[in-house]
Amino acid sequence: MLRYVTKRVAQAIIVVWAAYTLTFVILYLLPSDPVSIMLNQSQDGHVDEALAERLRAEYGFDQSTLTQYANLLGRAIQGDFGTSIANGARVSDLIAQVFPETLKLAGLAFLFTILGGTALAVASIATANKRLQQFLLALPPLGVSVPGFWIGLILLQVFSFTFPVFPAIGNDGFKSLVLPALTLAIPLSAMVAQVLADSLHSTWREPYVETARAKGLTRWQAITRHTFKNAAVPALTITGMLVGGLFAGSVVVETVFSRAGFGRLVQTSVQAQDIPVIQGFVVLAAVIFVAVNLLVDVLYPLLDPRIRSANLALAA
Amino acid sequence: MKRLRTSLALALTAAFALSACNDGSSANDTTAEQTAQPSAGAETNEPVAGGDLRFALVAAPTGVDPQQVGSNVSIYIARSIADSLTDQDPTTGEIVPWLAEKWETNEDLTEFTFTLKPGITFSDGSPLTAQVVKENFDSIVEDLGALAPLGSGYLSGYEGTTVTDELTFTVAFDAPNAQFLQATATQALAIVSSDTVKTSPEERLQGQVIGTGPFVVESYTQDQGAVLAKREGYDWASPAFEHSGDAYLDKITFTVVPESGVRTGGLVSGQFDAISDALPQDITQIEGAGGKVLTRSNPGLPFVLHLNVAREPLNDPAVRKALNPGINRQELVDTVLSDQFNPATSILAATTPGHADQSGLLAFDPDAAKKILEEAGWVTGGDGIREKDGKKLSFSVVYAQLFSGNQAVLELTQQQLRAIGVDLQLKQATPAEQAEILASGDYEAYYYNSTRAEGDVLRTSFHAGLRNIAQREADDVLEPVLEASLAEADSAKRNELLGQAQELIIENAYAIPLFELSQSIGVAGNVHGLGFEASSRLKFYDTWIAEQ
Repeated sequence: MLRYVTKRVAQAIIVVWAAYTLTFVILYLLPSDPVSIMLNQSQDGHVDEALAERLRAEYGFDQSTLTQYANLLGRAIQGDFGTSIANGARVSDLIAQVFPETLKLAGLAFLFTILGGTALAVASIATANKRLQQFLLALPPLGVSVPGFWIGLILLQVFSFTFPVFPAIGNDGFKSLVLPALTLAIPLSAMVAQVLADSLHSTWREPYVETARAKGLTRWQAITRHTFKNAAVPALTITGMLVGGLFAGSVVVETVFSRAGFGRLVQTSVQAQDIPVIQGFVVLAAVIFVAVNLLVDVLYPLLDPRIRSANLALAA
Repeated sequence: MKRLRTSLALALTAAFALSACNDGSSANDTTAEQTAQPSAGAETNEPVAGGDLRFALVAAPTGVDPQQVGSNVSIYIARSIADSLTDQDPTTGEIVPWLAEKWETNEDLTEFTFTLKPGITFSDGSPLTAQVVKENFDSIVEDLGALAPLGSGYLSGYEGTTVTDELTFTVAFDAPNAQFLQATATQALAIVSSDTVKTSPEERLQGQVIGTGPFVVESYTQDQGAVLAKREGYDWASPAFEHSGDAYLDKITFTVVPESGVRTGGLVSGQFDAISDALPQDITQIEGAGGKVLTRSNPGLPFVLHLNVAREPLNDPAVRKALNPGINRQELVDTVLSDQFNPATSILAATTPGHADQSGLLAFDPDAAKKILEEAGWVTGGDGIREKDGKKLSFSVVYAQLFSGNQAVLELTQQQLRAIGVDLQLKQATPAEQAEILASGDYEAYYYNSTRAEGDVLRTSFHAGLRNIAQREADDVLEPVLEASLAEADSAKRNELLGQAQELIIENAYAIPLFELSQSIGVAGNVHGLGFEASSRLKFYDTWIAEQ
C-alpha cells in the first residue's frame, strides 16, 4: 500500500511540474507583454518605451527565456510566486484573499452536484414508469450541453430580477452563494447523473441483483443494498474530474455574478497577461486537482475489494 | 380531483386580477391627490441629503489615484476624491475657479500665477497651500512620469513652480502653453495631500489617496469596486456645480459588473441605482421601469482612421481625399450604433471647446469620391477594387475592441469603401499589441479616439514633432497653426486657429473622423442630479436619491 501511495505521489509531482512548465511556455509565446498592457492605461496605444524597458528589466523580462524559467521555477519550489505585475501585490496574498470565496462557492456547488446527480440517477432506476424513466434519462445530456453563463443569466432573470429572492451580485452571505452554486452545479450534476445512471442500469442487470430481487427484496432495497455501492465506483472516478470543472466553471460564474474569487482573479490576470499570478493559480489548481485524484485512488479499494486485492498483488 | 385543481387555479387567478385592479385604482387616487396639492409634487424636486448610491461599473478600475488613472470607470471614482485648481463648465467650456480663486498668465503664456482660495483643507485636516501644489506638480513630472501619462503630457516643458506666499504660486514652462489652463481642470492634475505625494504609486492606486474632494475613499478592492463616503465640511464647490456645501449622498458604492444583462437587470429590479455603459438594446427596458439613460458625447478626437501618409497607397492625397465623401457617417450611427451616438462633424467632437463644424467637407457623396479616384488614375479592376500601375487600392487598419461597437463600425466602413472601389482590411489587435504596433510605426491606418475637453488634442495628435501618428513631415502650413494655437491667449482668436487646423486636417485627410464616442449611463427614476463634467465623465457631488 505504501509503495502504491509513493508511486502516485511521484506521479502527482510530475503532473504539477508539467502544468507549470506548459503555462510558462504558452504565456511566453504570446506576442504582447504585460508591461505594455500595464502602461497602456489610457488605452490609446501610447506607451512610454523608456519606462517600459526599465520595468521589463525590473521583472527580469530582458533575460533569456531559459534563465527566467529556471529562476521562476526555483522560487516557485520554495513557495514564492513573486508579485503581480499589474498591481505589485504579492501573488500569495492575492490568492489567499480570494481563495476562501471560491472554496465556499465550489463547496456548495459540489454538494449540489453530488445530491442532484445522485438523486436524478437513482430516481431514474427507482421508477418503474418507463415514460418517467426516459424523461429523467433525457435530462443529463441536456444539462451537459447548455452553456454555464446562460444558465446563470436565466437563474438571475427569474430569481433575482423578476422575483427578488436572491441578490444578483456580490459576496454577502449564504444568499449570494445560492444562484452561483446552482449555475456551477447544473452542468456538473448532469455529468454525474449521466455516469451514475449508466452504471446503475448496467449493474441492475447483473445476475446477483436478479437473485436478490427473486429472494423477495423490494426494488428500493435492491438498489440501496446491492446496486448502489458497486455502481458508485465509476462515479467516484469522475468526482476527481469535477474539481477541475468547478475551477473552470468559477471563471465564468464569478464573472456573471460579479463575485470576488479565484476565477475572477484568473480572468483579469489573463487579460493583463499577469504571468506570476497565472502561474500561482495554475500550480494551486494542479495541486488540488492531483490531491483529489490521489484521494479518489486511495478510496477505490475501500469501496471495491476487487481493486484492493489487485493493488496488494501489485505491491507484493 | 382534477376539477378541484382547475377551479382552485381559476379562483386564484381571479383574486390576483382583483387585487391588481385595486392597486390600479388606489394608484389613480394618489395621483389625483398629488395634482390637487402641488406642494406634494414639488417635494420630489427638492434635493434630499442621505442615502447610498449603488453604481455598477462595466470594467474594473485600475485604481483610485486621479493622477495615475486614465480609463473612464477609474475617473468616475477618482474625480470625486480630489479637486482641481480650476473647473470647466460643461455647457460653455469656460474655465471657472475651484481650488484657485483667480489666476493670470504672462504675455507669452509661459507663466501661470494662481491664487488659492483660503481655508481649504484635505480630508486628513492638513491645509491646502501653494507648497503642496508645487509638490504635486514636481512629483508628477519627476516621480510619476509615465505612470501619470496624462498629467506629465499636460506638464510637458515644465520648468518648475515658484511659491510666492502661502496661497500664491507660479507655474513656469519653457515654451508657450495655452492648453495648461484647461489641463488644471482635469482629474489628471487634481491636487492630493503632501502625504499622498510621498506615498508609493502602487499604494496610491490601491486607495491611499487624500484629496480635498467632497468624498473620501472608504475602501477599495482591486477588481471588485470601491466605496466612497461623504466628507463633512466641504465648502469649496466650483460654480460649475449646482449647489454648495456637503455632497447629498452619504455613500457611493461602486461594484464591477462586467455582464451587461446583469447591470440592466440589476438596475430595473432595484439592486443598483445607476449603471455605466447601458447598451442601446437595454434602453427600452430601463425606460419601461421608470428609469432613464443619460448620454453625452466625449470631447476630443472622435473615433478616427488615422492614416499613415508615408505608406502606399495613402501617400497619394487623392486616395485620402476620396475616403471622406466615400463614408456615410449617418449610416454608421443608424445601422450599427444607436441614436445615443453622433456622426463626426469635424476632427474634434462637437462637445470640445473650439470645435468648428466641417460637415460640408464630410458629406456623403460616393460619386464625388469615385471621381477623385478616377481622375487620379485609379481604375476599377475585375474584382471591383481599383488599381493603378498594377497595384491594388488596398490598406489595412489596426484597431482594438476597446469600445464594443468598434468591429461593427469598421465592418460597415469596409463595405462603404468597397462601394467606391477601396479595399479596407481590418486587423484586430489587443491593447498591448496595438501599443507595440504604434511604437514600431508599422501600420497603414490606426483607429482610435482620445478624450479631452481641449482643442490642443489636435496638436498632440497631429504635430509632426509629437505623436504624429500620420507620420507626416513637418510643413509650413499645419505646424505653424498648431504652434500658434498654443501661444494664443485670446480664446476667440485661439478658436479661430483651432478651426483652421481642423479644416486643414480634414482637407488633407490626414485622419478620417467617423463618429463621436458617447457615454451612456442608466439611472433609476428616483436618482437625480447625476451629471457629466466637461470631459463627459460623471460627477456625483450634486446627485441625490428621492425617497420612494
